[in-house]
Amino acid sequence: MVSEKTFDKLKILAESARYDVSCSSSGTSRSNSSGGIGNASAWGICHSYSEDGRCISLMKIMLSNNCIYDCAYCVNRRSNDHPRSSFTPQELSDLTIGFYRRNYIEGLFLSSGVLRNPEYTMEQMIAAIKDLRLRHRYNGYIHMKVIPGAGRELILEAGRWADRLSVNMEIPTENNLKFLAPEKNYESILKPIRMITENIRENREDRKKFRHVEKFTPAGQSTQLIIGASDDKDITVLSLANKLYRQRSLKRVYYSGYIPVNGYDSRLPALASPPLKREHRLYEADWLLRFYGFNVNDIVSEEYPDLDLSLDPKVSYALRNPWLYPVDINIADPMMLLRVPGIGLNSVKLIVAARQHSRINSDNLKKMGVVMKRARYFISCRELGFSQNVQDLKPEVVRRILLSGQKPSDAFQLKLFTSTVHPTPALT
Amino acid sequence: MNIFNFDQTFEGLLTLVFESYRLKLFPDMIMGRGENQSFLFSDPVFIPTESEKAERVWKKIIEKTSPTNGNRIYIAFQSELPGTPKLIYDYIKLMTDTQQSIETDFTLPPVMEITRLFNKVAKETARVRMFTRFQQTSENSYYASVMPEYDVLPLCIHHFTDRFADQEWMIYDLKRDYGFYYNLIETERISFEKLPVNPVNGQLYESFHNPEEKQFQKLWKNYFDTICIKERKNYKLHRQMLPRRFWNYLPEKNG
Ligand code: SF4
Repeated sequence: MVSEKTFDKLKILAESARYDVSCSSSGTSRSNSSGGIGNASAWGICHSYSEDGRCISLMKIMLSNNCIYDCAYCVNRRSNDHPRSSFTPQELSDLTIGFYRRNYIEGLFLSSGVLRNPEYTMEQMIAAIKDLRLRHRYNGYIHMKVIPGAGRELILEAGRWADRLSVNMEIPTENNLKFLAPEKNYESILKPIRMITENIRENREDRKKFRHVEKFTPAGQSTQLIIGASDDKDITVLSLANKLYRQRSLKRVYYSGYIPVNGYDSRLPALASPPLKREHRLYEADWLLRFYGFNVNDIVSEEYPDLDLSLDPKVSYALRNPWLYPVDINIADPMMLLRVPGIGLNSVKLIVAARQHSRINSDNLKKMGVVMKRARYFISCRELGFSQNVQDLKPEVVRRILLSGQKPSDAFQLKLFTSTVHPTPALT
Repeated sequence: MNIFNFDQTFEGLLTLVFESYRLKLFPDMIMGRGENQSFLFSDPVFIPTESEKAERVWKKIIEKTSPTNGNRIYIAFQSELPGTPKLIYDYIKLMTDTQQSIETDFTLPPVMEITRLFNKVAKETARVRMFTRFQQTSENSYYASVMPEYDVLPLCIHHFTDRFADQEWMIYDLKRDYGFYYNLIETERISFEKLPVNPVNGQLYESFHNPEEKQFQKLWKNYFDTICIKERKNYKLHRQMLPRRFWNYLPEKNG
C-alpha cells in the first residue's frame, strides 16, 4: 500500500497545505462509544511541534492542489508552475488512519484546491471523510474546509461527517478581495458562513426536541484571515473577527501573517519577511476579546487603528487608561483583575478563591503565576514591597521600563518601533 | 527525631497518615522513593500498608474537601520528587486540623506547593498523551516505549484505552520497567524480564515490526519536515514545546 508515489503525494500536498494556520482540534469532546477507533478531547492535543514552533495536531493536507482559480496570495494559484498532485479519497483515508493508529495525529484537516467546480470538489472531499467514518469506523476529529460557492446540500452533508467546518475569508474587506482574487466574490464566502451558523443553531434546537438527531459540526466553524497581503488596518481585522464571534458564533478566527509566496505579483506588498510580530499581537488581542471581556474599541480605535507592535495589547490598554489603576488585588472585581498586565485567567481564578480565606501578598501572587515584572505597576496589595505604580511614575516612564526589560533579541525591534510609538493620552 | 518509611505506594502513604495519628507520633521526615540513607540517632519506622486504614484517610480527605482535591493529591504523589510524601502529609494534617476547607487558600504554603506539583505532573501526563508513538508489530498489534519524568503512565491509560479501543496495544515505561497491555477487552499492568526493544530509540527489534512500519515512520518524518514553514523557523520555541528528552523515541526527530 505504501509506495514511492505515496511519499511524493504526501510531500506535495502537505507542502501546499502548510500555509493554512488553523490546526486546533478543540471544541468537541466525544468518547469512543462505537467500539471503533478514536475519540476527541475537548481541549485538543498537539502531537508534535514543527521547527517553526507550531503545534502539529491534525494532519493538514490537501486532497488536491490543482486549482482553477488564480488568487494572488496563494501558492496553488493556477498560474504558478509548481508540482501538482491529488489523492484519491481512499488513499487519503488510509493514510490518515495509519497515522492516527500510531498516535502521530489528533485527526484530519482536509482542504483542497478547486477542481472543475466547487460542487465536484466538495463531493470528493466528503467521499474521503465519509470513507474514514464508515469503512475505518473512525471516530476521531475531522476539520474540513468548505469551498466557497458550494450549495446548501453539500454543506449539510459535510457537516454530518466533520467535527468542524471552515470557510476561509482570507482577505478582510470586499474591495481588497476583489483586487487580489477577482474570480472570488465576497458574497460566495459569507453565504456558506451564514448557512453553517444557521444550521448549527437549528440542529441545536432539533436535538433538544428529538434526541436521535445527529450532530451537525459539533465543534462549530472557524475561518482564517491573511494579514499583510492587503492594506487593511488592525481595527478592520479585529472588528470583523469580533462580528464573526458575536453574530456568527464562530469558534475561532485565525490570523496568518502573509508569507510572500508569489513575489512576482505586483498587487502584493513587497515584504522582507512575514509580519509575524503583528500576527502575534493580533492573537493576543483576539484572546482579550474572547476571554478577557475586552471590546474592540478598548484595543484599537480611530485614533490608534493599529496595534502597538512593541507592547502587548493589554499593556497598551493599561498605559492609555492609567486612571483605572492601581487595582487592589484583595477587593477588585475579577473583570478588573483580568485587565491587569501580567495577570492571566488562571491567576485570577486562584486570587479570587484564595482571598476569601486570607489577604494576599506579593509573595503569594508570584507563586500563583503572576508576572510581577509587569503587574507591579498596576496593582496594590498588602506588603507589596514596592510602592510606585503607573500613576506615580507616569505611563511613559512605565512604558520605557517595560520596554527596556525586554530581551536583547528584541532590541532591534525596539529601535524600529520607538519612532512610531503613539503618545499616551496622559502625555498629551 | 521521628523518621517514617513506607512501601512508596499511595495507599502506603495514607496508611502512614492513619498510623501517625493513632500513635500520636508525628514525622519530622518521611522517606521518599530511592532514599535509603542510614541515620545517626534514630532508625526509620516502617509502616506496612493496610488498605482499610488507607481507605479511611481517603474518605476523610474527600469529606473534608472534595473528590477533585483527593485526585489532586494523588497526582502530586506521582511526581516521585523528594519531599513529596512529607509535603502530602503536612497538607493532609493542615486539612484535618482546620475547621473550614483550606482547599483554595493558596496563601498557605502546602496548598500552593501541592497545586504546583499537581500542575507539573499534569503537564507531563499531557505530554505522554501527545508524544507516545506506537509501532505496528508483525502481529498487527501496537507497541510504544515511553520514559516519562514522573510516574504518569497510569494517569494516561484511560485516555489510550478509550481512543484505541479496536487495536491491541502495549505502552511500556522503560525507566520504571512496567507497562500496560490492552487486549481489546481490558487494560492490565504488566512487567517483562526482557523486551525485544532497543532502549536507545525505543524501537522494537526489526523482526518484530510489521513490514510497513518503517515506511510509515518515514512518511511521518517526511510530513513533519514538509509542514514546517522555513520563513518562520523558530528553533527556540520548538525546543521549548518539544523538550529534548522526548526526541529519541519520536520517529520525526530521528532517522
Ligand atoms: S481558490 Fe484556494 S487553492 Fe485556489 S488559488 Fe484561490 S486560495 Fe488557492
